[in-house]
Amino acid sequence: MTVMSYLGAIGAAQREAMDADERVIIIGEDVEANVYGTTGGGKSRSDKGDFLQRYGKNRIRNTPISEEGIVGAAAGAAMTGLRPIVDLSYSSFLYMAMDQFVNQVAKNRYMFGGQASMPVVFRSAMFYGLNTGAHHSDRPYPMFMNVPGLKIIAPATPADAKGLLRSAVDSDDPILSFEACLLWSSKEDVDENEFWVPLGVARTARVGTDVTVVAISSSVPEAVAAAEELAKEGVSVEVIDPRTLVPLDRDAILRSVAKTGRLVVAEPAHRTCGAAAEISALVAEEIFDSLKAPIVRVTAPDMQIPFSPSLEKQMYPTKATIAAAIRRVVDLPALQPVAAAV
Amino acid sequence: MAELTRDTLREMQLRMLRIRAFDERASKMVKRGHIPGTVHTSIGQEAQVVGATMALGAGDYMSGNHRSHGHPIGKGSPLGPLMAELVGKATGVCKGKGGSLHLADFAVGSLGESGIVGSSIPIANGAALSSKVLNNGKVALAFFGDGAANQGVLYESMNMAGVWDLPMIFLCENNQYALSTPAHTVTSGIISERAAGFGMPGIRVEEGQDVLAVYDAVSEAVARARAGDGPTLVEVMTYRYNEHSEGLRLGTDYRNADEREAWLKKDPIMLFRHYLASQGFSDDELDGLEATALAEVDAAVAFSDASPYPDLSVAFDDLYTDKESAA
Repeated sequence: MTVMSYLGAIGAAQREAMDADERVIIIGEDVEANVYGTTGGGKSRSDKGDFLQRYGKNRIRNTPISEEGIVGAAAGAAMTGLRPIVDLSYSSFLYMAMDQFVNQVAKNRYMFGGQASMPVVFRSAMFYGLNTGAHHSDRPYPMFMNVPGLKIIAPATPADAKGLLRSAVDSDDPILSFEACLLWSSKEDVDENEFWVPLGVARTARVGTDVTVVAISSSVPEAVAAAEELAKEGVSVEVIDPRTLVPLDRDAILRSVAKTGRLVVAEPAHRTCGAAAEISALVAEEIFDSLKAPIVRVTAPDMQIPFSPSLEKQMYPTKATIAAAIRRVVDLPALQPVAAAV
Repeated sequence: MAELTRDTLREMQLRMLRIRAFDERASKMVKRGHIPGTVHTSIGQEAQVVGATMALGAGDYMSGNHRSHGHPIGKGSPLGPLMAELVGKATGVCKGKGGSLHLADFAVGSLGESGIVGSSIPIANGAALSSKVLNNGKVALAFFGDGAANQGVLYESMNMAGVWDLPMIFLCENNQYALSTPAHTVTSGIISERAAGFGMPGIRVEEGQDVLAVYDAVSEAVARARAGDGPTLVEVMTYRYNEHSEGLRLGTDYRNADEREAWLKKDPIMLFRHYLASQGFSDDELDGLEATALAEVDAAVAFSDASPYPDLSVAFDDLYTDKESAA
C-alpha cells in the first residue's frame, strides 16, 4: 500500500492500462503536457511528459478542441481494434459531443445487432464547488444515465478511482467516468499493484443500522462526516456509495434500506430526474413496506450554479445538510434552520 | 485511366445493377407496406457508390449515411441479410435491430449507415486512426452528402485527419439536394475547394455518373492514404432519381422535371453498358448481368420471406456485452 491522491490514482490506473495492452491509447486536449497530472502517473502530479516519453506520440495524442470529432473518432477507433481512453477535461464539454455520445457511442452495438464492440472510456472532471461559474460547474451524469447503452462510473475515493478505471478500460462497453475536482487532492492508502473494482458493485463506506444514506461522488465524504456526527447522538448511519451508476447495484441499496428502514439520498446533481430520484423510486417501488419514514433527497437545486462563493457553497450537499436530512428521517429535532439544498 | 481487367469491369456493372435492382424492389415493397418505415434509395447514384467502394480493398473501412443500401452492396455485402434487415427479420444483417437506416456489415468493412446527417463521418475517421496506430495498412472512407457538407463535425474530422495524416477519404455524394433544398442555396463556394483550408487535396468529379471517373479519383485518394500521405476530399456530382425518402411521400415537386430528364440521359448503368459494349462485351453477356442482379434480389426477398421475425426474448440482446446490465 502507498498513499495516493485521487488524481495520482487515475494516473496510476492509466499507466497500468497502457502497460498491459498496446491497444490502449490516450487522446484528448492537453494530455501530452500532463497538465492535470493524470498522464504522468504515480502518487501525485509528476514530471511533465512522462507518458509521452514512455509511450510516444502514437499512443498519447493531443487533440484539437473538437469534442464532437474526438468522441466520434474514439468510437470509430474502438469499433476497429483500439481501446481508447478519452480525456475530455471538464464534464460540461461533453455537451459539445452530444450527438456522438447518444447516436453513435451508445447505440452502435445494439443498432448493428452486436457487430460493434465499443471498448472506450470517456473521462471528465466535474469542476463544481470551485467558483468557476455556470459553464464549468455541471454535474451532468444523470442526463447520461438516461441514455441506454452507456455505463457510468463516479468514483469517490482514490482506491475506487484506480480500480474502477482499470475495469472500465477492460470493458467492451462504452464507459463515462465522472470525476469530482473537489476530490482530486483527497488521499488514502492504495494498493500500488494492479487491482480491479468490478462495475456495478456498490461499496459500503460505513456500516450502520438506523438510516441508510446513499451518497454519490463528493457527497460520500460529506455523508460519512455526517454519520460520524450523528453517531455521537446514538444514531447509527450506514453509508452506501454506488460507485457505478449504470449498472446500479440495486441489491446493495435495497438490502441496506430493508435493514435500516430509512433512506436519505445525497448527490451534487440537480434534483429533477437525478440519480437520487431514480434511487428513491427504486426503493419506493420495491420495498415500500420496509420504510419507517419518507425518503429524503439532498441534492443541488434545479438552477444554474452562481459564481459568487457565498452563493455557490450553498448549492451542494454538505455534512450539515445531510445531517439535517438524517435527523428528519429518524425524528430528531432539527439543530437549526439549514440553508439549503432543498 | 487505370487498366482494369474484364472481370473488374464486369463486377462494376454487376454491383451497379445489384444496387438498382435492390432499391427498385425496396421502393415497391415500402409502398406496399412489405417493408416497414421508409427507405432512401440510391437509384441514379450507382456509379458514385460503386466507383468509390470498388476503389477500396476488401479489408478497408467505410461509414455511410441515410441513403444507405448502396454502400454495403457496393462493398460486397450479400443481399439476403440486407433485405431481411429492411423487413425487420431475425436473419437481418443487424438481427432486425437496425433497419434500412442502420445497415452495417462489419465482415466487409461496413461500419454502419447513419440516420443523423454527418454523424458517421468521425466514425470512419476513428477507423483511420486505428489503422494508423496499429499500422495495419487499412484505409477508411466516409460517405456523406452535400447536406452533411455543412455540418461542423466534417471540418473537425478533416482537421484531425489532416494534422494526424490519417489514411482517410472524405467522399461527398453531391446529389444537389438536401431533401428539397438545392445545395447551391445553402452552400457557400465549392465543397471540394474547402479541402485547401485543411492542407489536403480536394477533387471534384464532375462526371459522377461515369463509374470509371469516380473509380479513378477515389483510387488515387486510396493510394495516397495507403502510402501514408494523408487524407483527401473527393466530391462527386450525381443525382437521385426518386424522392428523398420513399414511404414518406414528400414528393419531388421542388425539382424541375426537365432536370431529371437530363440526368436520365446520362444514366450510369446505361452509360457503362455502352462502354462495355465498346470494349467487346456481347449483348448476351450484358443482358446476363442484368438477369443475374434481378435473380439475386428475388433470392434475397425469398430469404427474407422465409425468415422469422425476432422473438421478444432477444429485444435486450446486445444493449451491453452482459445481459445483467440491461434493466
